[in-house]
Amino acid sequence: MSQRKYELVYLFKPETPEQTMTDMHTQVETIVARLGGTIEKTENWGRRKLAYEIGHHKEGVYVLEVILGGGELMKELDRRLKVSDDLMRHLICRVDEDETVAERSRSKRVEGSRRRRIARGLPPDRQPGEGPGNTDGDDDRDDMSHGGEN
Amino acid sequence: MAFGQKRSGPGGARGRGAAKGADAKGGQRRGLFRRKKVCKFCAEKIDDINYKDARLLSGFVPERGKVLPRRISGTCALHQRKLRVAIMRARQLALLPYVTE
Repeated sequence: MSQRKYELVYLFKPETPEQTMTDMHTQVETIVARLGGTIEKTENWGRRKLAYEIGHHKEGVYVLEVILGGGELMKELDRRLKVSDDLMRHLICRVDEDETVAERSRSKRVEGSRRRRIARGLPPDRQPGEGPGNTDGDDDRDDMSHGGEN
Repeated sequence: MAFGQKRSGPGGARGRGAAKGADAKGGQRRGLFRRKKVCKFCAEKIDDINYKDARLLSGFVPERGKVLPRRISGTCALHQRKLRVAIMRARQLALLPYVTE
C-alpha cells in the first residue's frame, strides 16, 4: 500500500476540557495504528482567535497532526472527526506531492545558480562574505516588500 | 473639390484625435513613475505556499476578505493559483475570514 503524507488539523471548541483533547489525540492514534499508518508529528498550536465566529465561539484550540498512511485511513479519520461534538472544524489535506514539487523547484534553482556561477568562473557555492549581491542576477529584491501590501 | 474636402475633414479630425490620445497616454506613462511589480514568492523564493502561515497569506487578503488580484499584487500565475488554494484552506479553519464587513 502506498504511503502518503497527510496533514490533519482539527479545531476544538474553547471550553473543551484538557482531558477530551488528549482523548481525541489517543483516538486518532489508535485509528492510525489500526489501519497501518504512523503519526509523524503532532503540534499543538494552542488557543487562537478565529477569523470569524463559528457557532458563537470566538476562539478555538488548534491541533496539527502529520500522518503517514493510505487513503482509506484518512477516510475513516474524516468520518470519525465529522461526528465528534467537541470539534468545530477539521481539515485533511495531502502534502507529499506538494512537498516533492517544492523540493524539486528548490533543487532546480540551486542547480541553476551553481551552473551560472561555474560559467562565470566562480566556485559553485557562495563563499562567506561574498557581498550582498545576488547569485542569480535578480537585482530587484527591493521591490518585493511592496508585493504583499493590500 | 468640396466633396474631397469634406471627406478629408473628418478623416483628418479622427487622425488628430487618435494622435492626441496616444500623446496623452504616453505623457501620463512618462509622468507617473510606476514601480515594476514582482511576484513576492518568486523574489523571496518561497517554494510552498502553506495554508498554515496565516500571517503570510493575510498580506494577500485585503480588508474586505477577498483574494487580492494578481494585477495589483504582481504575483505570478503559478503562485497566484497556489496562493488561492492556500487561502481557501485557511478560510476553512477560520485562520482567515471569508468576508469581513
